[in-house]
Amino acid sequence: MAMSDVILDIRGLDKTYAGGVKALTNVDLQIRKGEIFALLGPNGAGKTTLIGSVCGMVRPTGGSIEVFGKDLSKSWKAIRQRVGLVPQELSFDMFDKVIRQVRYSRGMFGFPPDEARVEEVLKSLSLWDKRDVSIRELSGGMKRRVMIAKALAHEPELLFLDEPTAGVDVELRRDMWRQIDALRERGVTIILTTHYIEEAEEMADRVGVINKGQILLVDDKDSIMARLGRTEAHFTLEKPLAEVPATLTKYPLHLEGEGTCLVYRGGDGTGKGKREIADLAQQLVREGLTYTGLETRDSTLEDIFVDLVEDNQAKETVQ
Amino acid sequence: MTLNLRGAYAIWKNEVMRMFRTAFGSILSPVITTSLYLVVFGAAIGSRMELPGGVEYGSFIVPGLLMLTLLTESTSNASFGIYMPKFTGAIYELLSAPVGVVETLVGFVGAAAAKSLILAAVILGTAALIIDYEIAHPVLAFFYILLVAATFSLLGFIIGLWANSFEKLQIVPLLILMPLTFLGGTFYSIDILPEPWRSVSLINPVVYLVNGLRWTFLGQSDFPIAVSLGATVAFLLICVGIIAWIFKTGWRLRE
Ligand SMILES: Nc1ncnc2c1ncn2[C@@H]1O[C@H](COP(=O)(O)OP(=O)(O)OP(=O)(O)O)[C@@H](O)[C@H]1O
Ligand SMILES: [Mg+2]
Repeated sequence: MAMSDVILDIRGLDKTYAGGVKALTNVDLQIRKGEIFALLGPNGAGKTTLIGSVCGMVRPTGGSIEVFGKDLSKSWKAIRQRVGLVPQELSFDMFDKVIRQVRYSRGMFGFPPDEARVEEVLKSLSLWDKRDVSIRELSGGMKRRVMIAKALAHEPELLFLDEPTAGVDVELRRDMWRQIDALRERGVTIILTTHYIEEAEEMADRVGVINKGQILLVDDKDSIMARLGRTEAHFTLEKPLAEVPATLTKYPLHLEGEGTCLVYRGGDGTGKGKREIADLAQQLVREGLTYTGLETRDSTLEDIFVDLVEDNQAKETVQ
Repeated sequence: MTLNLRGAYAIWKNEVMRMFRTAFGSILSPVITTSLYLVVFGAAIGSRMELPGGVEYGSFIVPGLLMLTLLTESTSNASFGIYMPKFTGAIYELLSAPVGVVETLVGFVGAAAAKSLILAAVILGTAALIIDYEIAHPVLAFFYILLVAATFSLLGFIIGLWANSFEKLQIVPLLILMPLTFLGGTFYSIDILPEPWRSVSLINPVVYLVNGLRWTFLGQSDFPIAVSLGATVAFLLICVGIIAWIFKTGWRLRE
């Protein structure tokens, strides 16, 4: 990656909260200009802490952050003017009107009033009709849009979205994805956090997986999806088997429960897993291997973290 | 980017608008308080009070009343102004914006002080309807009011940052400011106090504030104006120092 392409460069970032919780451990992360980067991790992984370290809510206890090629601790004012943030929680003066809050944000970031720009932002988020409504009267999803409108009012080049689709229905979620796409078209670099693999898959160019304050891996979406998009199927067999029949060895299978349960674990995020399970079920029937139960599930983030952590530990022991 | 003046103005404007969302109540309450105090203390009790220098009690308590409102309103408006975004979480935006100490102070403290100035005008107007009084040094009086409004808005700002519950937000004004104000010669001259109470009063900063303001109104007070002015400015500088420290360390602002 050429240095000029790096818009955000985080090195050795540590954060230990006053209470002693170690929220980030030696985090290294480079974000490229113009990309959409998804930070994927379970509750408490440190996603919000990482964003807060860049955006000013959190004081890191170690490491360095460069944004737009400048040291954040020195040039923070110039940098912040070009960075936007939509936090995880809905937080604003609920009694204020939509349009006033958006104007306020623009001013706070040091930009001159620009009604055309405010109108454009509100229209793009379908908030124009609600511009004179008091925010507390809006639904949750609309409130979230106001948060986004506020963050876009100063035309940031780097935008952080902390769980943009939490608590948002399917339609609004799709709408949000379209918004994010439109921003990318305009050249905005976007870093979003999410719990959902599908969301990372839908949106991101690259994905970083974080757990317990550590970045476990950063890779292109497709390679990650291949690792993440696994499907598992448990066939409960009528009669236990001693070993996986030779005719089935082309599938990733093994036996559990003293041969009473045939377990499939495979797929690559393209739907291959589901297809293979359907094929496998038919073949079992053809071969007269009767099963009394079938359970399938897609691998959850937790499974993946367990996998990744085990991988990492294995690597460490090898070294 | 050195100073984000637009940002400071945006915060200031937002705060002023927020405070005047309840404009009617904000203006009405000092009008009522002033009228009641003036009628009860000024008209009813005042006729039996003897004051040094033969000053009318009515004109004596106008600066005291003004000070009472300035202190309570400046402190509570500024403390509430910065406490609310902490409470709602909206503080994230201030922290993520290119605004530093100066912009934040101009915004929050400036707005609270501006409101106090407007209230001061309302009080003086109300008082003029009820009693006759004169202001000996109007220009000095204006600057003194400004100084006191700014100082106590700074104090309120510190309280608002320090408070992490509504209870704490109320406790300082109630437990410290109110007693200090009432015991600070707001409604009497400390020269009428017997010792040791007169000497004890001298450690109360409000005594100097009230006397400073009173001097600009009446041309005389318990202390020379230089002493009062010095004490007020010292108090202002202490508040600024504390705030500078808060922003430097991020105390109660950043995790
Ligand atoms: N202000 C705080 N003081 C102390 N500990 C904190 C604070 N904020 C977060 N933590 C702790 O730091 C860890 C990381 O929290 P963080 O909010 O960054 O996680 P997250 O990945 O954003 O989680 P979620 O998906 O639930 O939003 C957690 O263990 C959390 O309890
Ligand atoms: Mg979070």
